[in-house]
Amino acid sequence: MTAVEERPAAEIGHPRRRKEDKRLITGRTRWTDNLTLPGLLHLAMVRSPIAHARVTSVNVDDAKQAPGVMAVLTGSDLGEEQGSLPNAWPISDDQKAPPHPSIATDRVAFAGEIVAAVVARSAAEARDAAELVDVEYDELPVVLDLESASQEGATLAHPDLGTNVSATWVFDSAEAGTGSNVDDAIRDAEVTIERTYRQQRLVPAYMEPRSVMVDPTHEQITMWSTTQIPHILKLMLALTTGTSESKLRVIAPDVGGGFGGKLQVTPEEVITLLAAKRLGRPCKYTETRSETMVSGHHGRDQIQRLTLAANRDGSVTGFKVDLLADMGAYLGLVTSGVPILGAFMFNAIYKFPSYRFTCTNVFTNKTWTDAYRGAGRPEATFAVERMMDELATELGMDPLELREKNWIKHEEFPFTTVAGLEYDSGNYEAATAKAKELFGYDDLRREQAERRGSDDPVQLGIGISTYTEMCGLAPSRVLGSLAYGAGGWEHASVRMLASGKVEVVTGSSAHGQGHETAWSQIVADRLGVPFEDVEVLHGDTHIAHKGMDTYGSRSVTIGGIAALRAADKVVEKARAVAAHMLEANPDDLDFAGGQFTVKGTDKSVAIADIALATFAAHDLPDGFEPSLDAEATVDPDNFSFPHGTHLCAVEVDTETGGVKIRKYVCVDDVGAVINPLIVDGQIHGGVVQGIAQALYEEAIHDDAGTLVTGSLVDYLVPSAADLPSFDTDRTETPSLTNPLGVKGVGEAGTIASTPAVVNAVVDALRPKGVRDVAMPCSPFHVWQAIQDASTGGPS
Amino acid sequence: MTRIEVNVDGVAYSDEVEPRMLLVQYLREVVGKTGTVVGCDTSNCGACTVHLDGRSVKSCSVLAVQADGHEVTTIEGLASNGELHPVQQAFHDTHALQCGFCTPGMIMQSVDLLAENPNPSETEIREGLEGNLCRCTGYQNIVRAVQKAASDAGGVS
Repeated sequence: MTAVEERPAAEIGHPRRRKEDKRLITGRTRWTDNLTLPGLLHLAMVRSPIAHARVTSVNVDDAKQAPGVMAVLTGSDLGEEQGSLPNAWPISDDQKAPPHPSIATDRVAFAGEIVAAVVARSAAEARDAAELVDVEYDELPVVLDLESASQEGATLAHPDLGTNVSATWVFDSAEAGTGSNVDDAIRDAEVTIERTYRQQRLVPAYMEPRSVMVDPTHEQITMWSTTQIPHILKLMLALTTGTSESKLRVIAPDVGGGFGGKLQVTPEEVITLLAAKRLGRPCKYTETRSETMVSGHHGRDQIQRLTLAANRDGSVTGFKVDLLADMGAYLGLVTSGVPILGAFMFNAIYKFPSYRFTCTNVFTNKTWTDAYRGAGRPEATFAVERMMDELATELGMDPLELREKNWIKHEEFPFTTVAGLEYDSGNYEAATAKAKELFGYDDLRREQAERRGSDDPVQLGIGISTYTEMCGLAPSRVLGSLAYGAGGWEHASVRMLASGKVEVVTGSSAHGQGHETAWSQIVADRLGVPFEDVEVLHGDTHIAHKGMDTYGSRSVTIGGIAALRAADKVVEKARAVAAHMLEANPDDLDFAGGQFTVKGTDKSVAIADIALATFAAHDLPDGFEPSLDAEATVDPDNFSFPHGTHLCAVEVDTETGGVKIRKYVCVDDVGAVINPLIVDGQIHGGVVQGIAQALYEEAIHDDAGTLVTGSLVDYLVPSAADLPSFDTDRTETPSLTNPLGVKGVGEAGTIASTPAVVNAVVDALRPKGVRDVAMPCSPFHVWQAIQDASTGGPS
Repeated sequence: MTRIEVNVDGVAYSDEVEPRMLLVQYLREVVGKTGTVVGCDTSNCGACTVHLDGRSVKSCSVLAVQADGHEVTTIEGLASNGELHPVQQAFHDTHALQCGFCTPGMIMQSVDLLAENPNPSETEIREGLEGNLCRCTGYQNIVRAVQKAASDAGGVS
């Protein structure tokens, strides 16, 4: 690491080792829980063990007497001051939502909800005292099952709402003018496929549990938090607690993963803020993993009722999607909008002529759901890619051939889809051809036929996912049309320092994505300065005063472009100074490799020298502001649409239900690549999170609403021993909506891989009559599917 | 309170600790070795892995008093004389980390794995790291890092 890498001709595209690594591999990190302040107090939360109950009393007398305890806060103590946790995405005018206090006042609606907070001089004393808080509950009936919760007369998650339905949302291509009527298509279809799929509930399971510390001293309150969204959090805390926005500073120091799970305004953040304000002392709260499991929001949890209409030649004529989405007990920051993000993706890469999407958002007495890697798009992609395999089976067609028959051809871009999006570019043929070759598709099909012929107890299955997704969230006008409460722009500034070094400030807030490296590459190329001379600053609302943070695979396509635009403005400022120094006309200057040169001469000046001259300001052009700083705010014109072809071969032991991934090939097209190391890393991790949904993970509640997969003992985050290595490759079809041609990559792997794996498992079991296996495809679920198929039971 | 004498990253410490204090709490809160982190409360994630007398342990599963009279190496004590340990270097070279939260434990476990088996197969690496969870990398580059460290040290992997 000490050796300086050789300087490449261009930074963009070069596999730079990451700048971030040094502190992370030597343990010189600033995780929130590492931080401390003089006189720091510690919080422990008292959580309801009951999923739905009236809270009849909260007796804190003993806890207050315990050693080290400074205060015990209850919902009634905080009263109006705690406000209601925000939902920034009311999807309909009549969306129903219960009040969402950080500490419950008179009723709890899920197991894990906070009923009191203890503040003590040490974390151990706070936890000891939390045990002494005596809460009496009057239990209420619970509603847990999504299907039954949506029915008339169901037990109510929130009796005062009078219904479990929060909102319904419809997109109909006939009404939108983007296609024909899906009911007509289904009526006239030669073939229809009807299926119901369940997207099980998942836990984001970032490795760093959440932590928050608040310093209320001085004029401005400072919060350090394990968050993906320091800027949004600052604004939302101001609105929730009535604190002036200018009196708050939020810092996201090193953050240990997020995956959407830290895209939230949490009760713990609000409580810690209010405790610090009340006591006038710095306060910190760090959750245990067991608390993360019940209190950090969950993801997925949808039921999809699907009807695909097609002609016998394989051309799809319509797709109808009827979705139930489990909100859990409350609406978090974007809970209600997650299914809507999927609404535009059920048609995927295909030219479906008609489409209708109906979504019903439903409350249950479980931890609330919200964004989790992919947020809506993995669910949609799973549905359509599973259905394409089902249709292929019904028609006796090769599933790849069926897909090709329906997908948008390379020469047909730009293409406006039946869901109303304009896909700017794509080349599904190229990615698929490459993937087929790497995979050895034809050979594996031959082996599959042999195993089927010999009735081998270990069957081979081949699964396909030719996915796309919409990311780079998002054009502000689109967000506005979907009633989201904010815009989708990003901000950056680039500052040339007197020494010739460069500071890049970005409103993106990285937590593992490698922004410090990638932004350095972009700006180094633009300014012609060494990679090592660029410093990227982020994650502090004081330093990066404007930003929209990191989620939805938005960082490079919006934040990276903002950094590029700001760098270009710096070059233009420098050009004026260079012209003055070289006694030339600015238009007569070429800029390359960090040097301004008078055309046709060898007269030149380096941008670093211009930086020094600008700092000194002794001899600048008349009226020139002595600064080589520039800012840019970029609002994207469109989403970016990465795509790719993932092929998975599994071996399924039909006697034990065991599934083993034998080969996994992914060819992804994420447009131009800034750093191939980082892109491959994002794909690897994304693919594994999708495999985890397909094979391992599920958040399960018992009949009382207790999360039984409440620790990493029971919730199966896969380990290295559970997984194979993958073959990754790329095609590069540049995005046409930004000057670098980049597309997002953070969620692509997760969106792609789940259907590839499940399609493979089902494909292996087709000879047994199996047409679906419930996720996760655990040995038990696989075995059950085989039994059901042989006895004619549910599939 | 109990007095313990522990050598951490080459420095001798003598402290009074509560008998219930975990080694990881002692390292983080008393000694200030915050490079070692806590990722769970059930000994599943391995983020807190350190070396106790040269062998890897999950420091959430050891009481501070059990370390009395022993030698602890954390991620902060792995590099020597400003030179990264070969496993640290391999993690950097192969992009074997993203958020980096699991990395201290993952590196400490990998060092132990290679000490025990200098020339592991991919399967042996995967099984040797089974007790350390990573949510970012999909493990692919972590496996490569261990392979690279092994081959840099003269193994054939």
